[in-house]
Amino acid sequence: MSQPIEKVSIVVSRGSLEGVYPGLIMANGARMEGIEATLFFTFFGLDAIINDRMDNLSVATVGNSAMRMPGGLKMPTVLGAIPGMSRFATAMMKKEMEKIDIPPVREFIELIHDSGGELYACKATVDMFHLTKKDFCPQVSEIISVGEFYEKSAGAQIIFT
Amino acid sequence: METVELVGRKLELDADGHLKNLNDWDKEVAKEFARLEGVQELTSRHWIVIDYMRNVYKEKGDAPSIRKLTKESGVDTKELYALFPKGPAKKAAKIAGLPKPKGCI
Repeated sequence: MSQPIEKVSIVVSRGSLEGVYPGLIMANGARMEGIEATLFFTFFGLDAIINDRMDNLSVATVGNSAMRMPGGLKMPTVLGAIPGMSRFATAMMKKEMEKIDIPPVREFIELIHDSGGELYACKATVDMFHLTKKDFCPQVSEIISVGEFYEKSAGAQIIFT
Repeated sequence: METVELVGRKLELDADGHLKNLNDWDKEVAKEFARLEGVQELTSRHWIVIDYMRNVYKEKGDAPSIRKLTKESGVDTKELYALFPKGPAKKAAKIAGLPKPKGCI
């Protein structure tokens, strides 16, 4: 008999739009299934909860060999470095996400928080980037060490994104 | 196909345990489904959500996402989770006699 999942702890370590969304979608999806969800933001993933940055995340177009152009044609990776390409890809992705009801990052963070999900920032990276609690959106409850993260994850499945 | 006997009628369910035929639904059925889901009493706040969900379903053919519920039903996220603990979108859809929402959000 397989046990149903009761709790997930999701680490968001990347700061690009496509790096942040999977973790948010999984956290919200967990709450919708009645599963407890904790989000732990570390390294560039912190951008998703930094007040001045969270509305401006963008798609990483450089070094992404899976990138396609509108119409589905494969995009030569060198084109990803053209100025404005990331902005263009970001605008496209945001438009498509809105169509399927995926909210912008800030609204998504609020949704997850209000549905009972917990949000934490990683102490090591916060110190490294010289950030303080004031830099984060109000939904972040605490800056915690990796040890505290494991304590809070007791009984949870840990997912690294 | 599973059937249950509720409010003195035999009702057909789908694979997720939701009502199979939209037309089998009435307020008494909703109350019974609510009790089965652990919602003891349906208040006027519950009904706002249920009515909203049924209207969206009739219009779009799918139950609304949690985001849509939060933005448009008139009941915010926190209250939604309080009214329908452990998964408002899914639970409210079941009580409203609708299939499980298909979307991810």
